[in-house]
Amino acid sequence: MNDIASALLIVVGGAFMLLAGVGVVRMPDLFMRMQAATKAATLGAGCMLLAVAVHFGELTVVTRALLVTAFVFLTAPVAAHMIARAAYSVGTPLWEGTIADELRDRRQALGEEGDAP
Amino acid sequence: MTTFLWNLLLALAWTVSTGLFTVANLLVGLVLGYFILLFAQRALGPSAYFAKVPLVGRFALFYLGQLILANLRVAYDVLTPKHHMRPGVIAVPLEARTDAEITLLANLITLTPGSLSLDLSGDRRVLYVHAMYIDGGDVDAARRQIKEGLERRVLEVLR
Repeated sequence: MNDIASALLIVVGGAFMLLAGVGVVRMPDLFMRMQAATKAATLGAGCMLLAVAVHFGELTVVTRALLVTAFVFLTAPVAAHMIARAAYSVGTPLWEGTIADELRDRRQALGEEGDAP
Repeated sequence: MTTFLWNLLLALAWTVSTGLFTVANLLVGLVLGYFILLFAQRALGPSAYFAKVPLVGRFALFYLGQLILANLRVAYDVLTPKHHMRPGVIAVPLEARTDAEITLLANLITLTPGSLSLDLSGDRRVLYVHAMYIDGGDVDAARRQIKEGLERRVLEVLR
């Protein structure tokens, strides 16, 4: 039972990781690449660590696996946010299919260049 | 908060007294402690803890559902040759005020596939979010979805 669960979690985690990798190649601009890379990879890492926890089932391993998961989930979005924010401030172009940019509108209204509104 | 610490303490007492140091046993202790405290409420005085626990549970379920749905949607777009995205940067006016509330909300938004918090306005009243799927080009609907879906629930749990 535990073997099946951990095997399933590893396969699902690996699939998410693969999806993140393919997403980085396929997405048209930096922001969507960040989206594809961070979330799917975070979820993939979470699944794998959960698989480790299920497989070993000992308190020392489980607590550490859960702790690592918690920290990955806590830090990955912050990193993604900082990279995307820096990219936006530098003026990385958005995909031509982008339908709205209210941050640019706001910055133009304020007459500021590059810095935070 | 103190009630939560009491609950933790009771769970630890349970694992120590049963002598079984496993995760499952600790969870049993937590559940037992929760009900003991629930019954002891009459003696100890009311606590917001008992209202919060179901709220946190419901929020976790809701968020997990959102996470899976959004992941599948992004996965579909990554794997099929055509791009179905309608991305945009939208301004979400915030009701969250404290640092903790804004940080948690921004983090949760970034963790959901298809939305990424980009920037916070200087007066901390507007969060700029890069959304991948603005259905039908309706920016206001996307804004409302974040405000009423995620923000309302986060504030419900925190306040």
